[in-house]
Amino acid sequence: MAYFRSHILVCNDPECVEKGSMDLMALLKKEISAQGLENEIQVFETPRIGFCEQGPEIIVYPEGYHYINLQKDDIPFLVEEQFIKGRPVEKWFAPKKPEGAQELREPTTKEVRVVLRNCGKINPINIEDYIAEDGYAALAHVLSDQSPEDVIQIVKDSGLRGRGGAGFPTGLKWEFTRKSAGDQKYVVCNADEGDPGAFMNRAVLEGDPHSVVEGMIIAAYAIGANQGYIYCRAEYPIAVQTAKIAITQAKNYGLLGDDIFGTGFSFELEVRQGAGAFVCGEETALIASIEGKRGEPRPRPPFPAVSGLFDKPTNINNVESYANIPQIILRGPEWYASMGTEKSKGTKTFALAGDVNKTGLIEVPFGITIREIVYDIGSGIKNNRQFKAIQTGGPMGGCLPIEYIDLPVDYEELTKAGSIMGSGGMVVMDDETCMVDIARFFLEFIQDESCGKCVPCRVGTKRMLEILNRICEGNGRDGDIELLENLSAEIIEDSLCGLGKGAPNPVVSTLRFFREEYEAHIYNKECPAKVCRALINYDIDPENCVGCTLCAVNCPVDAIAGERKNTHVIDPDICIRCGICKQVCNYDAVRVT
Amino acid sequence: MTVNTKQDRDFIKTADEAVDMYHAKKEELIPILMKVNQDLGYIPKPVMEHISSRLQVPQSHLYSVATFYHMFFTEQTGRHVIKFCESAPCHVAGGREVFDALQEDLGISPGGTSDDGKWTLMTTSCLGVCAVGPVMMVDDDIYGNLTPDQIPDILAKYE
Repeated sequence: MAYFRSHILVCNDPECVEKGSMDLMALLKKEISAQGLENEIQVFETPRIGFCEQGPEIIVYPEGYHYINLQKDDIPFLVEEQFIKGRPVEKWFAPKKPEGAQELREPTTKEVRVVLRNCGKINPINIEDYIAEDGYAALAHVLSDQSPEDVIQIVKDSGLRGRGGAGFPTGLKWEFTRKSAGDQKYVVCNADEGDPGAFMNRAVLEGDPHSVVEGMIIAAYAIGANQGYIYCRAEYPIAVQTAKIAITQAKNYGLLGDDIFGTGFSFELEVRQGAGAFVCGEETALIASIEGKRGEPRPRPPFPAVSGLFDKPTNINNVESYANIPQIILRGPEWYASMGTEKSKGTKTFALAGDVNKTGLIEVPFGITIREIVYDIGSGIKNNRQFKAIQTGGPMGGCLPIEYIDLPVDYEELTKAGSIMGSGGMVVMDDETCMVDIARFFLEFIQDESCGKCVPCRVGTKRMLEILNRICEGNGRDGDIELLENLSAEIIEDSLCGLGKGAPNPVVSTLRFFREEYEAHIYNKECPAKVCRALINYDIDPENCVGCTLCAVNCPVDAIAGERKNTHVIDPDICIRCGICKQVCNYDAVRVT
Repeated sequence: MTVNTKQDRDFIKTADEAVDMYHAKKEELIPILMKVNQDLGYIPKPVMEHISSRLQVPQSHLYSVATFYHMFFTEQTGRHVIKFCESAPCHVAGGREVFDALQEDLGISPGGTSDDGKWTLMTTSCLGVCAVGPVMMVDDDIYGNLTPDQIPDILAKYE
């Protein structure tokens, strides 16, 4: 490896690319060459440096200076100060304290990075960077000193549970697959991360793909497989590419293919792409998709561990589960099990999104509370609004209200509270969110993604959606809530796969915690959060209106009348409740009632 | 099938390229269809017929696969495909207003193609860039932090 005194990592997340980070990188390289520093300073791209909201972001190692909001014109100055004169330009540093932090307590860092430890730190498309961070050391150790049974025991002792959401003990799954009869076995990595708002696996595959590859090779050794697949969704083109590059590099280094490390163990790995079907994240549907079929689930048992891909015993784990493995081997199962709660060990990545000040990816030990996640890590709710609910577990998860804000986050506690762990999406909602609308929204998603194979899911969710639609449109009827409850119970009971069984969850959990909002919609024809258009009216506050005509000019349906410098009036019969008048008004004169 | 027009011949050539690229393996059907879809923008009927005979897979199976996955089109699409993210974080961040504005500007609803053949509008599941929602993709370009009034300017960038 050539020696560079400094490394500049430029964020290539789509958020930063959109803000021009690639142009910035080209300029940086040009400026560094112009100063004759190209043999001293290396520039390369990497995902996930920070939160991307103030991109383009770069980070300078070894010092770890984190610059944000860089503009093209800043580059010559930055290069001169930072790399020639050796003075960091502090005015462009990322703020140490989160901006807009408020209430409760002083923000502290509560994150522990195991899976994400290399993301943003190493060059994901250079295997040597990974090796320099102890990469493939776990594999070497396993292949030369340990039996497959030893490996399975270590994984069992670590307490690692499936990070795809269901939380099945990983070591146990490996043991089942190992003990299944069959000469041909497969390992599959589920990288079909389709939950809205979840992008943990994308970050790992894009930022540290070799950790997944290494984890899969170790799994293959433990269960006795010689062929593996990474099934990645096509919505993640960069992840597909980095995974492919990682595999090619590992092959060139003799870490994949025949006779790995001269131990006689052989393993081949391929990437397969999805084509846009949410249900393919379900393991049996995923298997069907790799086989070139419609991605429809089938009943279990038999579980994939017994009869999976091409009817052979198959071990399927999620990206994050595999990425944990090398660290567990290197640092020992006791170390891993020392983090977390009694039944949920280790750390979990979450994608924090919605109405918090700092959205983005986090990794925390199990047992952390929702409050710590929202306020200490997420820096609280945007625009000084109130926390209303947090949605966990993706579209089949549930919404938890403020009463649960001190709930420790682990598999059991979330399930007990009526939500699920899921793959790790967390959407925070403020008090301007209508819970009926949210439930309808998730159901719309599920209904769209239902594969159609079984009736409860295909027809049941459709009927539920119709009921929710009419409630939001002001046509809710007495008995609708009970009907939703009955339908939910039937769908949960009778659906074939996890998608159907989880489909009513958003409705069940919002009915449990926000029943009064449903009742307000149905019986009072009111939307308490002022979201559902059919149930709200816009009018103009004569106290505040100065008669500037801005609202009237912008109204798309000419529903606003009034002379200049006189109070304007909205005609409710013409108004389509688009809210543009409220957006454009500079005097806060448009009210929603 | 009989091959007569130049378009048909081009279709067959594209289909053959895709099938050969994946060594005519049945289990590689999805990558094969993906390649055709990328090259032609959709999967025309003659292409399906040809792939069916090359892979020795019934046409019904091919059609069922092609219509199952959101990213495959069996009808010709517009010159530019807009994929609007319909996921919760984008929704919470004001996605619905943007989507309404988009439909109004384009004059088409989700799944539709404009009369002049310029635009196809579709929704997509999460693109994983939730930190800057609402998000949409026009062809391969990603636009984030969208507001309704940005829509006309963005659309104007495309020929």
